[in-house]
Amino acid sequence: MSYTKKDLITTSNLTKDEIYHFLNLAKEFKAVNNSDVKKAKSLYGKTTVNAFFENSTRTRTSFEIAAKRLGADAINFSSSQSSTKKGETLIDTINNIVAMKTDIVVVRHYSSGAAKFVAANTDAHVVNAGDGLNEHPSQALLDLFTILEHRGNLENLTVAIIGDIFHSRVARSNIYAMQTLGIKVKLFGPPMMLTGMEAFGCRICKTMQEALEDTDVIIMLRIQLERQDDEIAFPSVREYSNFFGLTRAKMKFAKDDVMILHPGPINRGVEINSDVADDPRYTHILNQVENGVAVRMAILHTLISNKQG
Amino acid sequence: MTTLIKNATIVNFNETKKANILIDGETIADITTDEPKADTVIDANGKLVMPGLIDMHVHFRDPGLEYKDDINSGSESAVAGGVTTCLPMANTNPINDNAVITRDMIAKAKARGLIDLLPIGAITKSMGGNKVVEMGDMINAGAVAFSDDGLPVASSDVMRYALEYSKHFGSFVINHSQDCSLCRGGHMNEGRVSAILGIKGMPREQEEIMVSRDLLLAKLTGGHIHIAHVSSEWSLKLIKQARDEGINVTCEVTPHHFTYTEDELMNYDTNFKMSPPLRTKSDVKAVREAIADGLVDVIVTDHAPHHDDEKFIEFDKAPFGILGLQTLIPLTLNLVRDGLISYEKMVELTSTNAAKMLNLKDKGVIAKGMLADLVIVDPDIEYIYDKNLNKSKSSNSPLIGKTLKGAAVKTIKSGKVVFDFPNVVA
Repeated sequence: MSYTKKDLITTSNLTKDEIYHFLNLAKEFKAVNNSDVKKAKSLYGKTTVNAFFENSTRTRTSFEIAAKRLGADAINFSSSQSSTKKGETLIDTINNIVAMKTDIVVVRHYSSGAAKFVAANTDAHVVNAGDGLNEHPSQALLDLFTILEHRGNLENLTVAIIGDIFHSRVARSNIYAMQTLGIKVKLFGPPMMLTGMEAFGCRICKTMQEALEDTDVIIMLRIQLERQDDEIAFPSVREYSNFFGLTRAKMKFAKDDVMILHPGPINRGVEINSDVADDPRYTHILNQVENGVAVRMAILHTLISNKQG
Repeated sequence: MTTLIKNATIVNFNETKKANILIDGETIADITTDEPKADTVIDANGKLVMPGLIDMHVHFRDPGLEYKDDINSGSESAVAGGVTTCLPMANTNPINDNAVITRDMIAKAKARGLIDLLPIGAITKSMGGNKVVEMGDMINAGAVAFSDDGLPVASSDVMRYALEYSKHFGSFVINHSQDCSLCRGGHMNEGRVSAILGIKGMPREQEEIMVSRDLLLAKLTGGHIHIAHVSSEWSLKLIKQARDEGINVTCEVTPHHFTYTEDELMNYDTNFKMSPPLRTKSDVKAVREAIADGLVDVIVTDHAPHHDDEKFIEFDKAPFGILGLQTLIPLTLNLVRDGLISYEKMVELTSTNAAKMLNLKDKGVIAKGMLADLVIVDPDIEYIYDKNLNKSKSSNSPLIGKTLKGAAVKTIKSGKVVFDFPNVVA
């Protein structure tokens, strides 16, 4: 079944079929990306705008490449250059972008709920590229695509998400999508980064060992150091690394064929040591980056197809 | 000038009876089963007649932020909600921390002539939390209580002095109970919903910690602490224990805290963003039980107008607060419909207790010789609370556009009809 909603804001309302729609389509686009002529035409004549109100390199670039590979005119702007610095409201900024006949607006914003707010108040298709601490659906889909690609299926899996769960939009989107697919999700991190996480119905682990044992996929999260400003409880990066970082020594608890994912950018030596992050037996981090383009092509293509349909 | 309200079902805090009310000038001249002649006759058949409501917690944004509401539009909202006496908070601009501003606010309300406005002065100069205001001067000017509202007094020493000093003048202190050091930049209740939404939350304990401190300071000083808009189960437990021990404490709750839970925020609707935030089902249950059990002294609205542009924004950027004056009656009537309280108790909570607390000897009861501040309530009328009915300059209520049941169909202030519900004969 195809995806027929106007926007992609959350993974919480995706059905199993809709998730597989995106993953199957991403597979086709990955083939395009690996061919000599990396071009498709479904967005030819369309305009996408990456409206990024929060700094980003890889997600913005990934969406830009995805749009261009589909033939769209992809425009970027960041808040440092935008009128929001002059006091213009978010919705006025978006409406000005849409008035320039923009077909898709890819929004990244530092406020949870901002993408939903934009989607509800504009006619253009809106893709949530990360809103505050809330969600990052394309990241969850690319994680799933990377797992599917490597393992061949998404059945009977156990995934451990480790680190700064509370501040992670990646975690929320992954939890929703994975639970829809029947994947067991375990969470582990320091208590101040797990506040209220019982709400998601995941198993909360007490130790790193518990998180790693019998786990098929480990998703290590970046500590959102930039979001810790107002939180005095975080003692030190050094201690974090000792108790919550993934090191070679702790890998003895993990399965031999475990996959390690990380949404990036990595704080090397903090949440994950380089000898693990760069170990080709486990790590799929660069596969994630590559797959991100294909998944985002699938998303943009699907939303435009909805409009044409 | 005389007015006869005939066929009235008069609801007082202690009785309900059928009678006619004769108003002569500003006061109630008689309660009678006779039908004396009058210049004007109002037939209240099928309606309830209650004492004019007294709202001990409103924000009229005047002076300084009149684009949200001002004393005139606030007065109009009040009488459209059956409220004839309002206590506006001091967080105006400039702040109401001196007698000049207090007098000016009262004069403006008098000029409009719809309600009695009894200002709440700030506890501290500029709400800075350091230096207590000239409470005596402000009381002489017409202030009736003291609160730094959304900027709770952090210093226990300053709060102690405020309680002692207000007691000296026979007044009291209202605290917005919040230990701000525990807020963590929160925008809603901390818990299940905030975790799901990725919004930083404020734990209920930040309210409970401050309630505890203030109760202990009231114990120390013998001063009267009034706990504003109580929202948590444990705050109520603490208040109950303190009251049982003889501490001079009163408290208020708002209709939104006895009606809604944090679940309403799942769509990031900024019109449900308020402080204290909407809490859990168990908190709402506790608030409702406290109302039924008599622990709660008054129901207030915390009417907090904000311009549409300020609420039509990302959730974490939007200000706290919603309108309340015109939804006070229908939401409170829900408590009666749910069997939690009687009409008499509703009157006690929305008028009589406030009059007692504020020592307003001519208000809060419908009786011969009292001021003719009255509201005629139709508990069954159904209508859409739309922008035409809304009298505020702002429209930040989650109930705008919703169907409500029960309303003030006629409000009488000092003997004069100051509000008529459109197209309703009463």
